[in-house]
Formats: sequence, structure tokens, C-alpha cells
Amino acid sequence: MRNVSKTYFDAAGTPHVALDGIELEIHENEFFTLLGPSGCGKTTLLRLIGGFEQPTSGSIAIFNEEMAGQPPEQRPVNTVFQHYALFPHLNVRRNIGFSLEMLGRDRAEIADVTDRMLGLVGLDAMADRMPDQLSGGQRQRVALARALAPQPKILLLDEPLSALDLKLRQKMRLELKALQRETGITFVFVTHDQEEALAMSDRIAVLADGRVQQLGTPEEIYDAPANRFVADFIGGSNLLEARVSARGRVRVSDLGELDAETGQVESGKPVTLCIRPEQLVLSASGADGIGPFQVIDRTYLGNAVAFHLKAEGQMVTAHMPRGGARGQLDFQPGDQVYADFEAGALRVLIQ
Amino acid sequence: MALLDRRDKDIRNLPGFGTMAVVAVVFLYAPIAFLTLYSFNSGRSISQLDGFSLRWYKAVFANEGIQTAALNSLTVAVIASSVATVLATAAAMATVRLRFRGKEVAYGIINFPLMVPEIVTAIATLIFFATIGFRLGLMTVIVAHIVFCIPFAYLPIRARLASMDAGLEQAARDLFARPMMAFRRITLPILMPGIISGWLLAFIISLDDFIISAMVAGPGATTLPVHIYSMLRLGITPEVNAVSSLMIAASSILVLISAVLSRKTKT
Repeated sequence: MRNVSKTYFDAAGTPHVALDGIELEIHENEFFTLLGPSGCGKTTLLRLIGGFEQPTSGSIAIFNEEMAGQPPEQRPVNTVFQHYALFPHLNVRRNIGFSLEMLGRDRAEIADVTDRMLGLVGLDAMADRMPDQLSGGQRQRVALARALAPQPKILLLDEPLSALDLKLRQKMRLELKALQRETGITFVFVTHDQEEALAMSDRIAVLADGRVQQLGTPEEIYDAPANRFVADFIGGSNLLEARVSARGRVRVSDLGELDAETGQVESGKPVTLCIRPEQLVLSASGADGIGPFQVIDRTYLGNAVAFHLKAEGQMVTAHMPRGGARGQLDFQPGDQVYADFEAGALRVLIQ
Repeated sequence: MALLDRRDKDIRNLPGFGTMAVVAVVFLYAPIAFLTLYSFNSGRSISQLDGFSLRWYKAVFANEGIQTAALNSLTVAVIASSVATVLATAAAMATVRLRFRGKEVAYGIINFPLMVPEIVTAIATLIFFATIGFRLGLMTVIVAHIVFCIPFAYLPIRARLASMDAGLEQAARDLFARPMMAFRRITLPILMPGIISGWLLAFIISLDDFIISAMVAGPGATTLPVHIYSMLRLGITPEVNAVSSLMIAASSILVLISAVLSRKTKT
């Protein structure tokens, strides 16, 4: 995918840039996720790959084959649509076999492949049902089986889990991942759910404002966010305004100084510090870390307690696990606390 | 308290609602009921019942003029509603699925015949045929009927198409169906209740039309409503009642089918 841009024009003729110079290479046999908030252009990108829309500029190649001007039926790509788009007048079997029928395969082969697909998604007993007689999860499986039946080289999945309830969603995550490994098909998965993306993907492209913000493995994206947006979007980071005071040291206004990997940033430059809530260590004394912060609120999360802290206009959230030595510490709204960080947990982002 | 309020505001609880409803129904249907009743009269009167008889129905089926006119009407209605339905389906596909400049205008033009007084359309059509030298006959009636049947066929088809997820067509394309194949295998079957309902509506409208048919029909191309009108001039006998009752029966059955289909459309 080279330098792909897409510009929409609304009714008044005003251009809206949905995608701006996207460069991506998706590997064979990869679970690749396009992650971003709604309106970031991820679905548009998927529709460009599927051939439902044409790029305003740039080009898309699938297995080195230029796709410009090719309609969806000419592409070795199938899609699982967000709302499944099952054909309501055809039963499950006919839905799954539709693509093979269109490709002119003979009846025995269609029946054979359809049976295999039904087995793959565990719907053998539902073959003669109509789509409106199925539950949401079952429909999702039919959509999956239908898209996999013609053995595409790439499977596009447009937020296929968003219409399912939480339990089913978690189950389908595992199944999808297993299915991708079994079939060896490249999955391009679109979602706005960062948890989903982190759990399933080999690599993730974080999209915002029509641009790729960061491309990397789930670990890279979570542990080393490239910029403020990624840090904030993935896992809800704390962002603190600070200034580099010396090589390897940053100063958070009057709250104190901290050790941090500052790289090539010169002294005196403003930076943003990024820290995960679960990597904050709170203490009542000022021996370590910065402070004092005031505890504003305390939220019980089940396996942890969240403390919302405030100092000099900056808000910080800390998650303290329950149980263990750290779990013995508890604070109430109004308490003064100091915050320290586990070594290497602090990320310095250039503004 | 809120519950009571709602019940007070329900139109059915307003004083006189039942009476009004009965009056309205009687006002609408009494003439039709009497027309049907007197079609079974054994005497020649249309205002005094002499006894029960099917003699006027026998007369209708023996009347060659009525037979020819009925056949003309059926021919016109079948051809006009079928052609109009095909054109209306194409128009619905274009106005619902495509994006193009002047779509609102196109929508207006398609529905325009519904708003123009029929007599104006009739005279305009007559003048048009005369100007281009199209000789009046059954063909002119068919052409005129196609034109005014289009919006009636168009509306239910458009409604059905608008409620259909365009994603289904994209899914078909994604699954290797060429555009025509996607239309035939996916869009058309899903659209079918709307198409049938549109065809029936157009059929009835064509069958019942009088003003335009009277204007543009050539000699020997008389349709049933025009023929009934000419029968009236020779004096009203229960034979007119009988043929009218038959037409009401035919229309009612078709409207019923159309209603059942459009109810299916909504689920």
C-alpha cells in the first residue's frame, strides 16, 4: 500500500480528507489490526482494500498485483462486514456457498466446501436455518464461514465483534486468532477496541486523523507509544507536562525531579511524560518520587483500586493492586501522597 | 396519574368517536353496498328490489360490448403495469442507490404525475399524440397508461429498496458476483414483495382509469370504464350494477394482495 490518500467531498463540495498518505505493508499469514477511534479512517482503508471505493491518489497492491480500478469481485479478498450482511432470503448453507456458486464451481464441490465451513465454525446443526432464526453469535460465524469459503488470500474484518456481548466477544477473540493460525490466511482486522487489538494481533497500525500514528507489535505499541495520541488511546496513560533538566533527568514543575531516558532531547525543552496507571507506586512519605499530590477520588475496580490524584493542575491516575505488600497501602480522598515509578516505566515523548 | 392522562388523550375516548366512525364508514361504503345489492335484483329497477336473481350477471357475460371492453382493459392493464413496473424498478435503483446531480429533481419528476390533475394530463397527452401524428387506438391508451402508472409502481418499490441494506449488494460483489448477478440473485428477490405490490397498484390504477382512457382511446379501443359510462347514457339498468360489482370485486382482491405483501415487507 503506497502513499494512499482518500478525499471525500460532501454535498457542499467541501473536501474531507479521510486518509492522508498511508504507507503500509501487510505481511503474508499475519493478523494485522487497524486500530483507531471512530472517524480515523480505518474503515475507509478497509473499503479501499476490498475495492468498494477507489483511492483519490496512491496505489494498493495485493501480492504484487496492482488493484487500481479492480471491482470487489476481481480481488482475492473477502470481507466479514460489521453487521454481517447475511442474505436474508437464503439459508445458512446457501449463504456460505454463495461465492462458490458465483465462481461457477460444481454442485458437489460447493456442498463439500460448505460442509467443511459449517464444521469449522461449529454450525452443522444450523445449515437449513434462515439468518433471522440465528443468534448474533451464530450470524457472526455464518458471516465468517461465508467469507472463508472461497479461500481468500486476505480476509478483511470490519469490527465483527462489536455487535456481540462481552462474554461472546472474548470467546470469539480466541476463536478468530486460532482460525487465523489454522488457515494461514492474512487477517486484516478493523477495531476501535484496543483490548481486542492487543489480544489478537501480530502487528497493529494505530490510525488517527487519516494517518498512521504508530506501527508495531502489541508490546511495542503498549510499552513504547510513539506519541501522545498513541499513549493516551492505548491503555489510558497518565500524561504529565515536564521539562528536561539535565541529561537523564526531567523536572515536573515544583513537584520534583525524576530519572528518565531523555535520549537526544536538550536541557530545558518541554516534554510529555507517559506512565501507565499500574506502574505508579504511591507512598505517604516524600522519600521517593514526586509530589505532594492530593487524593481527589478513590474508585474500587475489583482487582485493584484506582486513585485519582491532582497537583498543580495536573491529573494522574494510579492503580494499586489488591493484596500483597503494595495492596496494604490505602488512601482516602484528601490525603497527601507521593508518586514514584518503576524503573524504565517512564516514557519521554517529545512535544 | 400519567396513565389516566394518556387514556384521556386517546382519540378513542373522545365523546362521539364511535358515532363518527360509524357515520364515516356508512357514508363511504353505503353506495357501494347498494350498488352491489341491486346488481342481484330480478327486476329492471335500480331503486326497487323485486327479488334475487343472477340475470344481470348472465347479461353481462353475454354482452359482447362489455366483453370486448373488458378484454381491452385487461390487455392495457397487464402491458402498462408490467412496463411501468420495469421502468419504476430501474428508476428506484437509480434514485436510491446512485449518487448523481439532480437526484431530487429526478425524484420530483417521477412523482409529478401524481400531483397533476388527471384531466390536464389527459388533454396534454391527447394533444401530444395529435401533434406527432400517433393514430389513436389501443396503443395510445397503453402508452398513456404506462406513463401515469410509473409513480404508482415506483413508490412501493422505492420504499422496499430504501429499507434494504446496500451492504447486501456489496457483500455479493465481495463474494465474486458481477453487478448484474448481484442484482438478480440478491437485490431482485429481496425487492420482490415491493415489485409485486407496485405492479398490483399500477394494474388497478390502469384498470380503473376513465378520464385519460376516454380521451386517448381510438375507435374500437374502448376500455371497460369508458364502456360503462357509455352504457349509462342509454339508461341505467342493474346490468351496470353487475359489471361495476365485478370490477369492485377484482380491485378489492388485488388491493388485499398488495396490502398483505406490503405488510410482509415491513417485517
